[in-house]
Amino acid sequence: MASTLGLVLSFLIFPGLLFTAVIGLVTQWIDRKVSALVQWRVGPPWYQPFADILKLMGKEIIIPAGARRAGFLFAPMAGLAAVGVVSTMLWLTNMHGTGFVGDLIGVIYLLTIPSLGIILGASASSNPLASIGASREMKLVLAYELPFVIAIFTAVTKVSPMTLRLDGILDYQAANGVLLGNASCILAFIVCILVVQAKLTFPPFDIPEAETELMEGTHIEYSGAALAVIKLQQAMMLFTLPIFLITVFWGGLVLSGWGILYTIVKYVIIIVIIVLIKNTTPRVRIDQAVRFFWGPVTVIAVVGMILAILGF
Amino acid sequence: MDPTKWGFKKSLWLFHLNAGACNNCDIEVLDCLCPKHDVERFGMKLVGSLKHADVLLVSGSVPRKVVPDLIEAYEQVPQPAVVIAIGACACTGGIFKDGYNFAGPVDKHVPVAAYVPGCPPRPEAIIGAVVKLLGTL
Repeated sequence: MASTLGLVLSFLIFPGLLFTAVIGLVTQWIDRKVSALVQWRVGPPWYQPFADILKLMGKEIIIPAGARRAGFLFAPMAGLAAVGVVSTMLWLTNMHGTGFVGDLIGVIYLLTIPSLGIILGASASSNPLASIGASREMKLVLAYELPFVIAIFTAVTKVSPMTLRLDGILDYQAANGVLLGNASCILAFIVCILVVQAKLTFPPFDIPEAETELMEGTHIEYSGAALAVIKLQQAMMLFTLPIFLITVFWGGLVLSGWGILYTIVKYVIIIVIIVLIKNTTPRVRIDQAVRFFWGPVTVIAVVGMILAILGF
Repeated sequence: MDPTKWGFKKSLWLFHLNAGACNNCDIEVLDCLCPKHDVERFGMKLVGSLKHADVLLVSGSVPRKVVPDLIEAYEQVPQPAVVIAIGACACTGGIFKDGYNFAGPVDKHVPVAAYVPGCPPRPEAIIGAVVKLLGTL
């Protein structure tokens, strides 16, 4: 993987954009199918998300009057690229152990870029509903980043010697059992599941794109291929965030023998938890969401951090 | 077959536009999305924004005040898109055809691809109309 061509190919094809997009769309189908079963419906066929993307590719792109053309079209691309980079980093670390100092911080940064891209695109679209969605998304980002960082750093504290390298965390887990076996990391994992819900803007935290009041909010003005990029980016986030949690807390991806099955089981468990939370909770208000993340969730995260420092 | 055309047939996103209807047809449209009929089996779902829509479901007799809004709404839908007129009022004007404020029916202002008569049409009739329409695309 040392050669430049290999890195470019791994970003574009195997663990990067193409692979993540395909698995992400399949995951999105699982999400829609499970939601349908919860509501006693049959649900869409397995190729449904692919059909959606293909259809959107063939549609006209409408740029609203008064919108900043470049920002409007570029913003979703930034999010797509960031998720692709995160996915490539996680998979290369899991497969070949190629980490570098501080790649954990890089991943945390890059996972914020899709939200920033959505905010930029919504602000550029000159639509009042999109602006409200963007301001809500901004508040949501401010709300969930604090507990998320504390929860991830609980894992960093638990690993000895302390390391900011993803492969360091994986090596520790391979030698001493998964981090999820410790009380502190269970608390951190619960916090992370709640944050993932907000990062994916799934209910109860779908405040920025509330269908009924904001009519899809942040991406109300997007159409055609630009909307396809946003949908693709959401699907890739749905794939990448559980992989990140598995890497940090649950022993990483084992890609040989029975490990493959175990990896898939771990992934599906996280996805089903996310989808069940999505289907059983109503939407909260933005002030309730901020209070929730800065109040109880941050307290849980800090308690987990203190437990980790005490050695539990 | 053209992949985008295949995608279009398999994934119709509906936007529901009430052009002066009495809300009866609108309730029947929502019935199609409920568990008994579940049109998400065919990839159809209701979307909140006109910019995401492929199908404009227009119901109502189109009073004079609504005409500019109807035309603007149609122009905001990205092409390719189709319009389906739901209910007797949208197809012909129904009992309102001699009304002083009647400016319809829908096909006088925007091109209509399928007509679903009935007051209100049953959910089965709406699904049947969409299936016949898909055969002609």
